Amino acid sequence: MGGWVAITILRNNFMAKIKINKNKCKGCYLCVVNCPNNLIKIEKELNIKGIKSACFSEGKCTGCAMCAVICPDGAIEVYRDI
Amino acid sequence: MIQKKDTALKNAEASVKSLRAVEHHYCAGCGHGIIHRLICEAIDEYGIRDRVIAVAPVGCAVIAYEYWNFDVTEAAHGRTPAVATGIKRVRPNNIVFTYQGDGDLAAIGTAEIIHAANRGENITVIFVNNGVYGMTGGQMAPTTLAGQKTSTTMEGRSLRRDGYPLKILEMLAVLPGVKYVERVAVNSSHEVLRAKRAISKAFKMQIDGKGFSIVEVLSMCPTYWGMTPIQASDRIKNDVAIFYPLGVIKSC
Repeated sequence: MGGWVAITILRNNFMAKIKINKNKCKGCYLCVVNCPNNLIKIEKELNIKGIKSACFSEGKCTGCAMCAVICPDGAIEVYRDI
Repeated sequence: MIQKKDTALKNAEASVKSLRAVEHHYCAGCGHGIIHRLICEAIDEYGIRDRVIAVAPVGCAVIAYEYWNFDVTEAAHGRTPAVATGIKRVRPNNIVFTYQGDGDLAAIGTAEIIHAANRGENITVIFVNNGVYGMTGGQMAPTTLAGQKTSTTMEGRSLRRDGYPLKILEMLAVLPGVKYVERVAVNSSHEVLRAKRAISKAFKMQIDGKGFSIVEVLSMCPTYWGMTPIQASDRIKNDVAIFYPLGVIKSC
């Protein structure tokens, strides 16, 4: 039981996370097609420019940073809480 | 106990010193933003930010000095390699690179690039090829593919009237002064990582004093191709990279 809790805590903390600067996003959605796990979706609400920005949907992000590599505007930050 | 701290895997704004944290004026899905960042990453990798001098072109990237946090100068349309030659000869310890589009390098500045390459000037050229004149309204460039619709070729580029698309890299690779020639693309994450290696290698050739190095980057222009950014990145893979094959053309 204790081991299972430890594994769960570790997994929740080792999974990478993405932060998208929604007001910087221009809505090209290149990150959506380049995510190997399809974790990036399109927001339903408009941002400050009147564009539906990309947003991170909950899931197991491996932290490959392919979204941040392709983003032309540098709006994506990939990080890990350890 | 697990100590909590933020470990940034990738953050363009915080990790790349040479790139200013401002918003670009480029359209959605334009490749210029990616290529600006790749150049800045290569410069930070070698730690040469305080002795780099960039020469910006006339074209969409004309206000690149707003986005780069190092010395940038401007040149007349197409005369970018001539200006870079002058700067490099006066200040040989500085790292000089030019950033040019296809209208700048392949049409108006053809004479300058060929003679700078033939003299074997120790400069680096980043050649962004998107197949149209983006700044002035999407007119036909020498690198426009056959059949491509632009604002001056409404029914597609005709080979009979306009000739064949110009392959600058294959022309330059035969010159003995040219030491490093590679063509890359920025249509997907994998290609961007390859492009980063190529740009780093081109700067390394100049730092080592080997001679003229040029990297052509196939870039998207969704606005003047009349496509969504995702369709434009697919077009690079399916059409553009077939005519302009990717890879190292010359390395010595």
